[in-house]
Amino acid sequence: MERNSHRQLANMKKSLFDQGYLDQEQFTQLEELQDEANPNFVEEVVTLYYRDSARLIQNIEQALAEKNPLDFTKLDNYMHQFKGSSCSIGAKKLKNECTQFREYCRTGNGEG
Amino acid sequence: MGSDCSSVVAEELHVLAVDDSLVDRKVIERLLKISSCKVTAVESGRRALQYLGLDGEKSSVGFDGLKVNLIMTDYSMPGMTGYELLKKIKSSSNLREIPVVIMSSEKVLARIDRCLEEGAQEFLVKPVNLSDVKRLRDIILQGYENDEDKGYQKRKLQDLSPTSSLARDLTPLKSASASASAQQSCLKRPRL
Repeated sequence: MERNSHRQLANMKKSLFDQGYLDQEQFTQLEELQDEANPNFVEEVVTLYYRDSARLIQNIEQALAEKNPLDFTKLDNYMHQFKGSSCSIGAKKLKNECTQFREYCRTGNGEG
Repeated sequence: MGSDCSSVVAEELHVLAVDDSLVDRKVIERLLKISSCKVTAVESGRRALQYLGLDGEKSSVGFDGLKVNLIMTDYSMPGMTGYELLKKIKSSSNLREIPVVIMSSEKVLARIDRCLEEGAQEFLVKPVNLSDVKRLRDIILQGYENDEDKGYQKRKLQDLSPTSSLARDLTPLKSASASASAQQSCLKRPRL
């Protein structure tokens, strides 16, 4: 039973790595920080990340709603924060999306 | 001696980590703990200055007498950037000796140069990993080793001067070891 869930987990991780959602190197680094004394480290960090991200996303949505005009500086700042924590977690795809988003902010591309 | 510093120094480095990101604070805290460092993590430059006793108010708030041996700060923070924090620390006679490392997810050369020019020990690109932290720790420890060899007498005088801030910093660490070592720590430059 346990072996099954382990295998499932391994498969899930692999597919996330393969699809470029998760950065294998960075995520592995995080896993290495976990040990018997701190068995829930990865879970704790990821939970923090989700909470942080939810807050950021809310802020971003709000900023996007204030359309006229779009406050690119504010959006850029939020994105910077989002990108930063995504990096630490190894959320590669997200990080790349953030970078793209910031490019749009920089060029004042509201449509993007 | 040489490479194996950790066996010589009994105590641990105390690192002050400054980062507005909760996720990053958690990660750096873990990295430091795994590297056998004591960690105090704060969320802003202002908090950091408060902790270090440099914000103009009495140093009693948040200052628990534990000397800080290394400061690791994020560059981009609201309010006071890591660079501004660095400048404040380097312009303080009490604190300028503390090595400051800047961390940033953006590798901007002009930024890196500016920080190094202002006296940063190093500029690390995020995400910071375990080997970065261990390398830093070894460098700082080695620095203490070198000081010991060179500055024995000089340090002794500074340590005992009543007006010196070092005297305050010397608040003995609550170690379990015998008074003999406590005596020793008065004579030698306090390790950590």
